[in-house]
Amino acid sequence: MIKAEQKPFEEILEYLAPYNKILLSGCGACVTVCHAGGEKEGALLASALRMARQKIGKPLEILESTPARQCEPEFAQELSDTIGRVQAILSVSCGVGVQTLARHFPATQIFPGVNTTFLGETVAHGVWEERCQACGDCILEKTAGICPIARCAKQLLNGPCGGSSNGKCEIKRETDCAWQLIYDRSKSLGQLHRLTEIIPAKQWGVQSRDSGPRRIVREDLKV
Amino acid sequence: MSTFEPKIVAFCCEQSGLPALEMAKTLKLKMPDNLELVPVPCSGRIETLYLLKALESGADGVVVFACYEENCQYLQGNVRLKSRVGYAKQIMTKIGLEGERLEIFHVATNSGVKFSEFLMQKADQLRLLGPNLGKIA
Ligand code: SF4
Ligand code: SF4
Repeated sequence: MIKAEQKPFEEILEYLAPYNKILLSGCGACVTVCHAGGEKEGALLASALRMARQKIGKPLEILESTPARQCEPEFAQELSDTIGRVQAILSVSCGVGVQTLARHFPATQIFPGVNTTFLGETVAHGVWEERCQACGDCILEKTAGICPIARCAKQLLNGPCGGSSNGKCEIKRETDCAWQLIYDRSKSLGQLHRLTEIIPAKQWGVQSRDSGPRRIVREDLKV
Repeated sequence: MSTFEPKIVAFCCEQSGLPALEMAKTLKLKMPDNLELVPVPCSGRIETLYLLKALESGADGVVVFACYEENCQYLQGNVRLKSRVGYAKQIMTKIGLEGERLEIFHVATNSGVKFSEFLMQKADQLRLLGPNLGKIA
């Protein structure tokens, strides 16, 4: 899922300084799971913002809403009535949700309340790690299900660099070397022979973000 | 003379804080004048939002009476509470609210005297600190 972290409180206060009535919109999907912008975190942020503004004698009225998925037009549309009653929106969904609202409500100023950080998994309570960079041409079948694009600092495709040591990456000593993980898992699966196959350089300019924003179209689903 | 009487919201775990309160009442011990008691089945039921909401909606100070560590009926309740109070304090720092406005106090079922003494001291401390300027009254 998409992982995010709340922006520094001071930064959010600065965005909202000119306003006295806003909508704080959370999202019931990814940012709820990583505790950055679901209903609970949204309510906490709203409470903190109200108190901070009250304290400086500039009260801020905050309406709160958490669509099930802010990045889906049907759910974003649910906010239509509320938008007319506020001067600005603070969205604590990922950057996609922010843009969905920006597209649907062109006359309303919108601010992001979180930094959208990566696509990752929960590895322990309160700990999330990056797992995929949406490269557009998945090669996990060749790398024992471990992604060298997201998890190797140098995005190496055919084995480790010379800095791999004791299973750790030379760039960050606390991080596992992706290629050590790939090797160990391939070995335990009896699949080491797969690593003899050379993985060609990725076509970054074709499938990845490097060729501009990507689009998926399914003709059969269009109405 | 200041007439400010701080409002204290006291969450009381039913396994420790509440019996301690009952004992304090039986012994007719002193209690602060402006006190709101909120019983909870376990201190682990208290979410960070409850603590912040209490401050937002009028409390000058928030106290949680919880069981001693490793003495929670539900094993981890007071450990969870500790993390949540820690998180609430981080948020309070960002808002600019003093840390003294939120505190956990561990009691046993027979701690009636401690219960009363702690609240009376907390009221004195908050009187000196002055009103919570973030509350929306
Ligand atoms: S190879 Fe590409 S699509 Fe597959 S997990 Fe890695 S970044 Fe994601
Ligand atoms: S040590 Fe491993 S993970 Fe780090 S850059 Fe080298 S190959 Fe990649």
